[in-house]
Amino acid sequence: MNLIIKKEQWINLAIVASTLWFMWFAQTHFDEYTVRILNNIAIFTILAVSYNLINGVTGQFSLEPNGFVAIGAYVAALLLLDGDAKEYQYDIEDPYPWVLLLHANFVWALFFAGTFSAILALILSFPVFRVRGDYLAIVTLGFGFIIRIIAINNPEVTNGSLGLNDIPEYSNLYWTGGIATLAVIGILNIIYSKYGRAMKAIRDDEDAAIAMGVNTFKVKTLAFCTSAFLEGVGGGLLAALLTSISPDLFTFFFTFQLLIIIVLGGLGSTTGAIIGTILVIGGSEWMRFLDEPMNFGFMETPAMPGMRMVVFSVILIFVMLFAREGIMGKRELKDLFKKRGES
Amino acid sequence: MIKIDKLNQFYGQSHTLWDLTLELNTGNCTCLMGRNGVGKTTLAKAIMGLLPVKSGSIIYDGKDISKLSSDKRAGIGIGYVPQGREIFSQLSVKENLDIGLLGNRNGLKSVPQKIYELFPVLKEMLKRKGGDLSGGQQQQLAIARALCIEPKLLILDEPSEGIQPNIVQQIGSVIDYLTKEEKITVMLIEQKLPFARKHGDDFYIIDRGSVVANGEISQLSDDIIKQYLSV
Ligand SMILES: Nc1ncnc2c1ncn2[C@@H]1O[C@H](COP(=O)(O)OP(=O)(O)OP(=O)(O)O)[C@@H](O)[C@H]1O
Ligand SMILES: [Mg+2]
Repeated sequence: MNLIIKKEQWINLAIVASTLWFMWFAQTHFDEYTVRILNNIAIFTILAVSYNLINGVTGQFSLEPNGFVAIGAYVAALLLLDGDAKEYQYDIEDPYPWVLLLHANFVWALFFAGTFSAILALILSFPVFRVRGDYLAIVTLGFGFIIRIIAINNPEVTNGSLGLNDIPEYSNLYWTGGIATLAVIGILNIIYSKYGRAMKAIRDDEDAAIAMGVNTFKVKTLAFCTSAFLEGVGGGLLAALLTSISPDLFTFFFTFQLLIIIVLGGLGSTTGAIIGTILVIGGSEWMRFLDEPMNFGFMETPAMPGMRMVVFSVILIFVMLFAREGIMGKRELKDLFKKRGES
Repeated sequence: MIKIDKLNQFYGQSHTLWDLTLELNTGNCTCLMGRNGVGKTTLAKAIMGLLPVKSGSIIYDGKDISKLSSDKRAGIGIGYVPQGREIFSQLSVKENLDIGLLGNRNGLKSVPQKIYELFPVLKEMLKRKGGDLSGGQQQQLAIARALCIEPKLLILDEPSEGIQPNIVQQIGSVIDYLTKEEKITVMLIEQKLPFARKHGDDFYIIDRGSVVANGEISQLSDDIIKQYLSV
């Protein structure tokens, strides 16, 4: 028994070490294009595993990521741009004086990006989780829209539809990969703690969980705020990767992409969320040709932006209809090596 | 132990419990009987706080708990085995039991050995997923899980429903042990007459949301059965 636990810890350590080594190797050896895709994969891994915590593990259908990612991205961008850099780019309205004063280094910017999202999630939790019922999806859907509208209509803070530009490009694979690794470790620790057990109990049977004394409000709020925090941090990393952000980046489409990722990987499985991210983000690069004009020899098709998304939507429908468990079901990597009969 | 006074409950517009009044004797097994759909499960859920009640009181240990938040009711010693063995299907047997420990008011950290003695089959299946157990095993798990909170009052909603005879028998002897040895008060919702007669001390008959007859189980006459239980 002791030996098995030790072996498992070694395996975990080896996985973490090789991930970090790969990040270093990729950052120093791969071309810019590949590094950018890997950065995307790392950021989307953070988003997918945290989205999966509330949606898959706790079983609370939610549509929040675009809202919290937007908040994280804007908070980080406002903090990373110094006063001068902000001053010249506010073309719609003059920025409020306090906007120009905001400034922080990358670590603090990410921290505030996450914290701000988590606080908003906490505020949303009270009306949503205090009562029984599936209001979360509707509320979070509305929340995403509202955040976008706020970003568009408050140019004194956000520069409106023009968005924020020239954000310092701090994100690299050390940051994105390192934080993704921490996020996965953190989420797995929650899942295997007594809180994680309570989350799964709520998903399986909420009434029975309550009757056993599980404080469902507390547990759901914990899952939701943890998700929001990491989504905020992911938004900050994204802002510092893209160097410019605008409200158009954070439409419902963003959430939809993450939904595809976690459903494909298997709702409830963190391993699945990672695999889903690699397939969808990597695959979507590979399928870029679909959006472009194509020459079939006998006919030519014009450029069809969004064609890739159609393909992913079809995949999503197929998974929902014929393989509802996704790639991993609710299992994790380590479950694959267990003997039959154990769970 | 527990006294329910003039309880009224509605599902939306539909009035389901009508001035329901009953009292359980401490340390006894009281059988709650009645035809399908008369409101037995509704009553159990109301006691657990899983359904809001319109009026009336639920006096437990001298205090009205009808406004107490539902997740606190495990903590004051009310254990609940839902109808249709609602175990956590994706959690292992061990994890199911651990969830029961969360609501333990004595701060118990590990599953008491006694529970494995009552249900030896669970001990062999600790790592198996709840959903992979047989119906009878799931029922045993649901009871074991409720026992992990160390209840003073245990509510069992039709534990023998759709379960093979030898496991029903085993569950019966667990009920006997709990009332006779552990002095736990049991509220047994039951449709099977022989099972109720064998393990019950008292009975209540419910019809259309109110109590229509009650007494010691020996007083459960054929007339009552004919009028309220036979279909
Ligand atoms: N969620 C609900 N919404 C509306 N009506 C309900 C709901 N649950 C139960 N009912 C109705 O309330 C009445 C009482 O149901 P309840 O489940 O308490 O009956 P029961 O005595 O436990 O029956 P059974 O012996 O079949 O388990 C029934 O008429 C049922 O149709
Ligand atoms: Mg019932």
